[in-house]
Amino acid sequence: MAKAAVQKSSSEQGEIRIPNTPQASKEDLLRYYREMVLIRRFEERAGQLYGMGLIGGFCHLYIGQEAVAVGVQESVKQGHDKIITGYRDHGHMLAAGMDPNAVMAELTGRAGGSSKGKGGSMHMFDVPTGFYGGHGIVGAQVALGTGLAFAGKYRGDDSVSFVYFGDGASNQGQVYESFNMAQLWKLPAIYIIENNEYAMGTAIDRASSTTELYMRGASFGIPGEQVDGMDVLAVRDATARAVARARAGEGPYILEVKTYRYRGHSMSDPAKYRSKEEVDEVKKTRDPIDHIKMLLAAAKVTEDELKAVDNEVKAIVAESVQFAQESPEPDPSELYTDVYVEA
Amino acid sequence: MTDILMPALSPTMEEGTLTKWHIKAGDTVSAGQVIAEIETDKATMEVEAVDEGEVLEILVAEGSEGVKVNTPIARLAGDEVAPAPKAAEPQSQPMTQTEAEAPVQAPKAAAPAAKPTAELRDPEIPADAKLVKTTIRDALRDAMAEEMRRDDAVFLMGEEVAQYQGAYKVSRELLQEFGPQRVVDTPITEHGFAGLGVGAAMAGLKPIVEFMTWNFGMQAIDHIINSAAKTLYMSGGQIRCPIVFRGPNGAASRVGAQHSQDYSAWYAQIPGLKVIAPYDAADAKGLLKAAIRDPNPIVFLEHEMMYGIEFDVPEIEDYVVPIGKAKVRREGTDVTITAHSRMVGFALQAAEKLAEEGISAEVVDLRTLRPLDTETIINSVKKTNRLVSAEEGWGRMGVGAEVVASVIAEAFDYLDAPPLRVHQEDVPLPYAANLEALSIPGVDKIVAAVKQVMA
Repeated sequence: MAKAAVQKSSSEQGEIRIPNTPQASKEDLLRYYREMVLIRRFEERAGQLYGMGLIGGFCHLYIGQEAVAVGVQESVKQGHDKIITGYRDHGHMLAAGMDPNAVMAELTGRAGGSSKGKGGSMHMFDVPTGFYGGHGIVGAQVALGTGLAFAGKYRGDDSVSFVYFGDGASNQGQVYESFNMAQLWKLPAIYIIENNEYAMGTAIDRASSTTELYMRGASFGIPGEQVDGMDVLAVRDATARAVARARAGEGPYILEVKTYRYRGHSMSDPAKYRSKEEVDEVKKTRDPIDHIKMLLAAAKVTEDELKAVDNEVKAIVAESVQFAQESPEPDPSELYTDVYVEA
Repeated sequence: MTDILMPALSPTMEEGTLTKWHIKAGDTVSAGQVIAEIETDKATMEVEAVDEGEVLEILVAEGSEGVKVNTPIARLAGDEVAPAPKAAEPQSQPMTQTEAEAPVQAPKAAAPAAKPTAELRDPEIPADAKLVKTTIRDALRDAMAEEMRRDDAVFLMGEEVAQYQGAYKVSRELLQEFGPQRVVDTPITEHGFAGLGVGAAMAGLKPIVEFMTWNFGMQAIDHIINSAAKTLYMSGGQIRCPIVFRGPNGAASRVGAQHSQDYSAWYAQIPGLKVIAPYDAADAKGLLKAAIRDPNPIVFLEHEMMYGIEFDVPEIEDYVVPIGKAKVRREGTDVTITAHSRMVGFALQAAEKLAEEGISAEVVDLRTLRPLDTETIINSVKKTNRLVSAEEGWGRMGVGAEVVASVIAEAFDYLDAPPLRVHQEDVPLPYAANLEALSIPGVDKIVAAVKQVMA
């Protein structure tokens, strides 16, 4: 019987379980950089399109949290594993490998969108990349993602379910119902709590009686650890360890990934609940893209090489914006399709 | 002298079998002593003495079946000074229930839904098919077992479905045949396991999620509606959710407002769901098999009071009833009565009574509430020119409201009288027996409504 081995990150534990300096090749670093910059540029343009009235409804941007989805993705076997998240989902979709054109066109509600324009920002899916949404009800994805893990175990196919949720969702009851079943049945679920410190406008210590979210599985015997979510390599390596356990049949694991959201909760955020200085301080000292740029510099990547990546990303995003504006609105006949699968 | 009375194991039990006596005449019993064992078709229980004294006489022999609740079963020489207990207070009570705590279905003899003499033979069933008397409970079990044999992706999960064999014994023996991987006992965690089931369905499995009752399913309603019903649409057709949510729905007997509710109208309003509410065992089996095969999320509403009732089920390999088709259960010319689930039985009994008074009622069993077979309803009304809808749930915004609106919209000129709705009174269901009976609609209310539309 495994004891409730809640462990802090290795450095705090006073023992060295992994090399203190995570290793990455120049090619890997460049790939992480490209993915993170793609998310940031994409989200910046999405924010602009929202301001222009081309995107409606809710739009929750992932800027500041890029290292989380990119770091986790390194452990995903594309098309085999499953990924699921809440409403702040654009970054996860791009990291998973979804077509930026289809994502941007879904944001603009066009026929070329990944859900034919019928889902919107919070409701996108892509079976080939294993992306199962995109869910608008806070916490719902945790039970659903546990079900994805159940299906993997049922089939015995060694797939893993990556279940993202935030510090806000971590107070939902169904999260704990899911934890209980996941550990009871040793399901291959990796729970990634993206702790960006604010549930909408409520700071974590104003909503959570305990703020050490990696310990939230303790009463179920699910181990957890805290990870620096602004360091893509730390996220990558922590995820890899958790996934190895899960694939070996050892059950679920909790990664509390400490990160920060630069933008408002959604586009209509009054920004009254935190100071501009707080946000600026994180941007200046903890930015995940600045962090990987330091690693790239240490790996002797040149400015020209970075510039080439930046230009490539810029072109991808520009194309997605063009596609999202030129793609037609869905045909009115689409109103009545996809309500039922015809038996 | 004190009589020991036949005890009730559950709110709906009316009779049972006295399987064993542990005492005989001349023995002295003490309060709390186990004196007998009784059982119904789903539960077994030990009976303990409440009073102490010498056993004068065993009144009902061991092995007697169909012993009515409150029948004196033994006589004690007791304290002559003590007032005689009233008959309504059984002198024995359950000590240990070795079976379900959930209400036990009333045995067949107490069935409220008498088979009408004029019931039509189902045209879907071949004339030479052998008919086998089967309880609804077993028909549902057979449907699940057949589909689980047919498709490895089908599995059952819910509270007490495996080792306990089902709170209402619907999953009896499934664990033994299919093992714990496919018959999964869950914690008491409806929201969580409903969501887990939906996720498993999104990943391509075909879960049957049993709610011990649909009252508890309300904890999971977000996943049924927001996660299961809407995801196909929100994903532009990419993510399917082939799942069946099933369990007993509607009023039980004397269990109070929180355990007695009809969710027909609630779920029938939701695009993306199919909602099925069968009446007899053949439909229960055939429609559940269709539901498990259907690639869409299904809400399957069984009736708590009907599990133990036997009906003819055709002995046909792979008996599947199509979803979305109502069934004319009795033909008539003067008035159409629509009903679903348990109310169909009341409607058939009402039709029988009305026939004695020269009124010919046609009974349409809706069977599926979404999609609703308005064609069958409207064709019937075009013939009878009058309509009464009957449902167990509340009337406002209910199934009857939808039936009536459909008829008014499409067959207004055929109506000779304003349609009427029969439904539960607009109050939470009370516990007191008399108030409960006043609230739940039955044969008399249907008869009265028909007479009103005939006036």
